[in-house]
Amino acid sequence: MKGINEQDFLAWADAYLREELSEEEKRQFEAYCEATPVHAVLFKQHQALVNDMKVADARSNFKRDLQRMGQAYHQTRQPKSSTKVFGLWDRFKFSAAVAAAIAIVSVFSTLWLTGYYKNLKKTTSDYSALRRDMNTVKRNVNAQNVAIQNMHNSKDNARETMHYGATGFMITKNGYVVTNYHVITGADSVYLQNHKGESFKADIVFTNPEKDLAILHISDSTFKSAKNIPYTFKKQDSDMGEDVYTIGFPRDEAVYGQGYLSSSTGYAGDTLAYQISIPVNPGNSGGPLLDKDGNVIGIISGKQKGIDGAAFAIKTKALIETLNNIPADSLNGKNVVLNNKNVLHSLSRTDQIKRLQDHIYIVKVY
Amino acid sequence: MSKEKSDIQIDASIIEGIRDGDNLAIQQLYQIHFPPIAQMIITNRGSREEAQDIFQETVMVLYTKINKGDFVLSSKLQTFLYAISKRLWLKHLTRGEAKYRKDSIDDYGDTLAVEEAIENHEIIEERLLHMEGSLNGLGEPCRTILYDFYIRGNSMAEICEKFGYTNTDNAKTQKYKCLQRLKKIFFKKYS
Repeated sequence: MKGINEQDFLAWADAYLREELSEEEKRQFEAYCEATPVHAVLFKQHQALVNDMKVADARSNFKRDLQRMGQAYHQTRQPKSSTKVFGLWDRFKFSAAVAAAIAIVSVFSTLWLTGYYKNLKKTTSDYSALRRDMNTVKRNVNAQNVAIQNMHNSKDNARETMHYGATGFMITKNGYVVTNYHVITGADSVYLQNHKGESFKADIVFTNPEKDLAILHISDSTFKSAKNIPYTFKKQDSDMGEDVYTIGFPRDEAVYGQGYLSSSTGYAGDTLAYQISIPVNPGNSGGPLLDKDGNVIGIISGKQKGIDGAAFAIKTKALIETLNNIPADSLNGKNVVLNNKNVLHSLSRTDQIKRLQDHIYIVKVY
Repeated sequence: MSKEKSDIQIDASIIEGIRDGDNLAIQQLYQIHFPPIAQMIITNRGSREEAQDIFQETVMVLYTKINKGDFVLSSKLQTFLYAISKRLWLKHLTRGEAKYRKDSIDDYGDTLAVEEAIENHEIIEERLLHMEGSLNGLGEPCRTILYDFYIRGNSMAEICEKFGYTNTDNAKTQKYKCLQRLKKIFFKKYS
């Protein structure tokens, strides 16, 4: 047994490792290894080597399989991520999201730090303040209207129970008179008094709160149909800068006021009114606005507080529209026929006024 | 609960399949575990190709661990694979520059087990690559003789016939010579 050479021993060892030996022979081999340490070491080494060979092979097989499966896997998925753009997007979408978030935050924080929002807020509050101002003005106008009425009220209160007064003027010779709606709101009765001091009872025929117009009719039996109305109504809009005048009753006597048409729209852009530059006072409401030829171009309605020389007059157009809206029932057969013969245009202003005066009334509301 | 259970079953079947070298298991492994790992690598400055490489290396680490025989899955397979690929990717990123600290992307407890697995893998990988290299370095017909005999388990008679040796003794002598040469090449490095 001892003289066995390396080659034969390894062949024997191979046989042992490959389990080709019988139990008997196996024991013989093991006994031999114990007896021969040199060969025992050799056997161990050989066994390790063979094992390594096997493992290495299995491993490289596995690796090959893995690579093949990997390729197959990627091929099936390739079309999805084939374009470069998508690849880049996949790669950078997280960074892009972070960058976008930072950009948004920095934009808004910068805006905030630089006081943009404060300015914005200030602007809006300016705006609302402005609006409030305008509301205030509107209220002031209303208040003023009330004041117009109250002035008379307080003035006349001591004397008689008259509530307030304003101006009105005749539009037809059969007794139709126009004044402002705000003058006669809540009226129990309306009386018209001319400059001679004659007083007539009047009925309210029609009102138009939106346009602030009221049509009255003198129902008094003492009223005699007037001679022809000397003025006509100009339906077209008048031009800016036109010389205009009015006669009203801010006190118990008629007061003449002169000025010019300063804007073709009224308060807050109202296209059915003019802005005029005439000194008007409470009581002027409802007075006629005439141009230099004696055409009625509007009806004085109010003025804006806090602004110099801004009074407003309702356009004749609105008056005509209102007249056209009067239901036939309200007229009692007395049609509204506007005068179309102007006898004033060649007269001087003083003469015009003399002719006009008879047709302008102080409206007294009880 | 049932989902968790089925997850565990899937993990176990995959591990079993890898041990047996089953292609289906590899396919399943790819389908389930590749996407999140690829995602992690792509979002960390990697390309899709790099993700593939890392994933394959990760699977090889798993393979080593399974074939060592003592593999017990202490967490979900996904967690294990993710930790390994993370580590591998970090290593890849810091190759040549050691400025990243070890604990920069994962916590410490996990790292130890993972580190060990990877180290094992690297040692074995190196040795087996060396073995493969040595075998390839033998040249024909030695490589095939040894391969046929030791790996495919063919008998000496078959080898004798295949290579046209006149008798089995000649073949045996040839095989012995080849083996000696392999040992010489293989152990040169380790001696």
